[in-house]
Amino acid sequence: MADRPGATGAARRAGAGWRRPGLAYLLLLPALALELLVHLVPMAVGVWMSFRELTQFFIRNWSAAPWAGLRNYRVALDVDSAIGASLLRSLWITLAYALLVVAGSWLLGFVAALLLQRPMRSRGLLRTLFLVPYALPAYAAVIAWNFLLQRDNGMLNHLLVDNLHLTDDRAFWLLGDRSFVAVVLVSVWRHWPFAFLIIMAGMQNIPTDLYEAAAIDGAGPGQQIRRVTLPMLRPVNLVLVLVLFLWTFNDFTTPFVLFGAATPDQADLISVHIYQSSFVTWNFGLGSAMSVLLLLFLLLLTTGYLLLTARRRRRAV
Amino acid sequence: MLFEPRWFRWVRWVGLAFFTTIVLLPLYVMATSAAKPLRDVQGEFHWWPTELTLRPFADIWRTIPLGRYFLNSVLVSTAAALCSVLVAVFAAYAISRFRFPGRALFSVTVLSTQMFPGILFLLPLFLIYVNIDQLTGITLYGSRLGLVITYLTFSLPFSIWMLVGYFNSIPRELDEAALVDGAGPVGALLRVVVPVATPGIVAVAIYAFVTAWSEVLFASIMTSEQSRTLPVGLQLYSTQAGVYWNQVMAASLVVSVPVAAGFLMLQRFLVQGLTAGAVK
Amino acid sequence: MLAGRSGNGVLGVDMRFRKVGATAAAVLLLLPLAACGDDGGGGDGKTLTYWASNQGPSLDEDRKILQPELDKFTQQTGIKVELEVIGWPDLLNRILAATSSGQGPDVLNIGNTWSASLQATGAFLPFESAELDPLGGPTRFLGPSFAATGAAGQPPTSVPLYGLAYGLFYHKRLFAEAGITSPPKNWTEFVAAGKKLTRGDQWGLAVEGASYTENAHHAFIFGQQHGVDLFDGAGKPQFTSQHLVLAVKQYLDFMATDKIVNPSNAEYSTPTQPIGDFAKGKAAMLLWQSNAVSVLAAAGMKPDEYGVAPIPIADPLPPGGKPVNSHVAGINVSVFKNTDNRAGALELVKFLTSSAEQQILNKAYGSLPVVKDAYSDPAFQTPQIKIFQEVLATTAAPLPQVPEESQFETTVGSAMRDLFAKVASGQPVGEPEVAAALEKAQQEMGTGG
Repeated sequence: MADRPGATGAARRAGAGWRRPGLAYLLLLPALALELLVHLVPMAVGVWMSFRELTQFFIRNWSAAPWAGLRNYRVALDVDSAIGASLLRSLWITLAYALLVVAGSWLLGFVAALLLQRPMRSRGLLRTLFLVPYALPAYAAVIAWNFLLQRDNGMLNHLLVDNLHLTDDRAFWLLGDRSFVAVVLVSVWRHWPFAFLIIMAGMQNIPTDLYEAAAIDGAGPGQQIRRVTLPMLRPVNLVLVLVLFLWTFNDFTTPFVLFGAATPDQADLISVHIYQSSFVTWNFGLGSAMSVLLLLFLLLLTTGYLLLTARRRRRAV
Repeated sequence: MLFEPRWFRWVRWVGLAFFTTIVLLPLYVMATSAAKPLRDVQGEFHWWPTELTLRPFADIWRTIPLGRYFLNSVLVSTAAALCSVLVAVFAAYAISRFRFPGRALFSVTVLSTQMFPGILFLLPLFLIYVNIDQLTGITLYGSRLGLVITYLTFSLPFSIWMLVGYFNSIPRELDEAALVDGAGPVGALLRVVVPVATPGIVAVAIYAFVTAWSEVLFASIMTSEQSRTLPVGLQLYSTQAGVYWNQVMAASLVVSVPVAAGFLMLQRFLVQGLTAGAVK
Repeated sequence: MLAGRSGNGVLGVDMRFRKVGATAAAVLLLLPLAACGDDGGGGDGKTLTYWASNQGPSLDEDRKILQPELDKFTQQTGIKVELEVIGWPDLLNRILAATSSGQGPDVLNIGNTWSASLQATGAFLPFESAELDPLGGPTRFLGPSFAATGAAGQPPTSVPLYGLAYGLFYHKRLFAEAGITSPPKNWTEFVAAGKKLTRGDQWGLAVEGASYTENAHHAFIFGQQHGVDLFDGAGKPQFTSQHLVLAVKQYLDFMATDKIVNPSNAEYSTPTQPIGDFAKGKAAMLLWQSNAVSVLAAAGMKPDEYGVAPIPIADPLPPGGKPVNSHVAGINVSVFKNTDNRAGALELVKFLTSSAEQQILNKAYGSLPVVKDAYSDPAFQTPQIKIFQEVLATTAAPLPQVPEESQFETTVGSAMRDLFAKVASGQPVGEPEVAAALEKAQQEMGTGG
């Protein structure tokens, strides 16, 4: 992604200054050192842990934890046992969550960007307003939602039951089946402004004459969107969807703050699931094995996505 | 820009009203609940307080050491944002302007760390910090310094990636001219590229600040009472005092206003940064 | 990774750039350092750090209770103590962090049900006779409390600090309004009373349905009455017995079939919620530990507005059932093995378990002294305290002191939380559902590396 074609030619022409790799490495050094310290080495340690029997008995002297071979992986992958089955279930729930949140956020963001395209008096104000959910610190927004979704004293049930009379049944939003709806809802509320922001930025780069040409051809708004806006936004969307997907897939804050220690089964998102499996039961070997599996899964998915979109892009050109 | 027939206006107003409602409704409840007396938030929900009071806003500073959490969050997020920008500018400049072996590998590796589930390296990172402490005496675990280093790295991949895009969009002729004038590449970066790239850099700084201000998972393990930041402090408070919803809402508002205001004031830079950088 | 691949590396850079790089690196290191000057205090090796668990209605309240006492300790011994009160959601993580890093407090509180689990980590100082004798020896402590300080056959790694027991709290006015003259003694009476007390938005009983610890405690108590052993002789979990299914179901049925618990309680995850309902007269009974007293006071309920009785016991007891209506609950105090001030830490333990401090602290928290000599204080001779004392002495059983105990709480307690959620949303929860949930909890125990 960072390797942009087209830059190479310019580099060849460039002055003597930036042909020295030594300086480049020096400039990269702080970033590299930090990445090593905070991301790469810990990840390697995490992989190491996944092969160890790192339970409460060894946590104090963790480097002496006995070798477990592939046992942790076997346990995590054994879908016939409770641990494997619930991990798999959690994976499906998380996939559904991520897809719904990405789709919902994109759709809302796209529509809002479309509606705010044309300059008008309230445009700046509305744009600012729409960004507020994203600008709030995640935990503050989610804590507020936790309050709104309380069964007896929450705003949502009051609105649905007492004001709109849509139903007589005061539902539990933080328990049972609806908890999944609740966590998706809250996450979409928080994330759609990001999609809105990016799509809006992308739309501003679409040359007006494309629309003019389409309008002259007699295209209505629907066709203009289909023939001009969406194709021109394609590169933006490709990145946006991937970023949103990775964020929501690894999302910890929303479920953790929304449900506290009591995550309902139906909203058992994978990062909280692994957190519970390792930090609550102090079985870090197993927790690490699960995280490694999760990472492999995401790597596979992302690579597939990038290859697929790259091939299509090439075909489209 | 889309060419719109007349009926589209109505669609637009209905649509904008919808978006305004979904954004404002929760905010309205937050704001009014924070101004309600305790008895109003303990019973059934009502849209309007029986009496408006600012007491919750005064009480929160006493029920929890909110002031200290606040200060910690400000220090940690500011330091993380500044350092992150500094590191990212150098790294992005190297990637954007230099050709060197390992360039692609570095980019891919850094970007792929975005994928890492935080859970995977939470405990290892914690153990590494502890070992660094034992070897060198630099306390990273439980200290603000440790949080700064952790958070600044969290925002690095996105920042570098965005700045690379931004720098690529700045004509090389600009820095080449500076090179001809005898400035080294770093001089060219600081004197020519950075001023032009200010919107992108501000955008990245906002992103880094917000990332640090909102992080929950690592803060929940890596802070002690002295270095505790707002996300953990507030979360503990809300789980512990679930019935004092007026205070919880007041606290949520208080911690949101500075960062939300900053974010919204600087959104112009963010849009510019994104338009020229990532979105191309 | 990069250096290995590049031919000329960093050495090929001319001086000027090296200087810039060095400056950048220095700025990088100094910036955060400057921003974060003083951290992690208390490093002089003498000052003790004391982690106290949350006992009162709020962390702040705890601080107000403990700080003057610790000041007294400093006055007496010259040892400074840095106090940190830690909330329950946080405590286990913090202990974990301390254990794996060897950097923790000198003295800390633990829930006594965790004693054996934490003992297994080897991070805590064992109390052999050299450590116990200055405290007055094991016999000075209440027998049941001292039994919950670690696995049998090993030197304990904690000593009792506060004693707690479960009791039945009943709302006197609501009882009078419903025409009930005495607290129920068995479950038939309990459910009958609950039904009489449930009307309008008032309910018979309040529970903390989303709290795994509360649920697990009740699984244990009801399980004892049904004759369940949670772990077999070898320490293997046996949660799938029909008796435990019945025990868990009995507790869930208060909401499911007896309908004396507000379904909203399934959402409750902090003690202030059910206790608050009780204080406001929205619920007439609570099955709670003795420290509810301080939360009730904070919620504005006066001690003469509620009564306390032992939790009912099944009559007749199911075959194999034991007349148990509480676990030996309480808070223990431990010394961290890595402390730099071992003598000082033990001195603090001695101070906290002294007769005078036991009286002051347990009075403030509504808990029970754990040393026999503290009971001379008339404050511990009230009928209420006597009931808890009686329960602790005669009908309380310790939770299994095995390393897997904390996992029992999380797995079984969480399973019950999910079952409560099902009940509350109107799904049927019968024996098969309970059995399936417990089966799953059992599988989640202990497997894996």
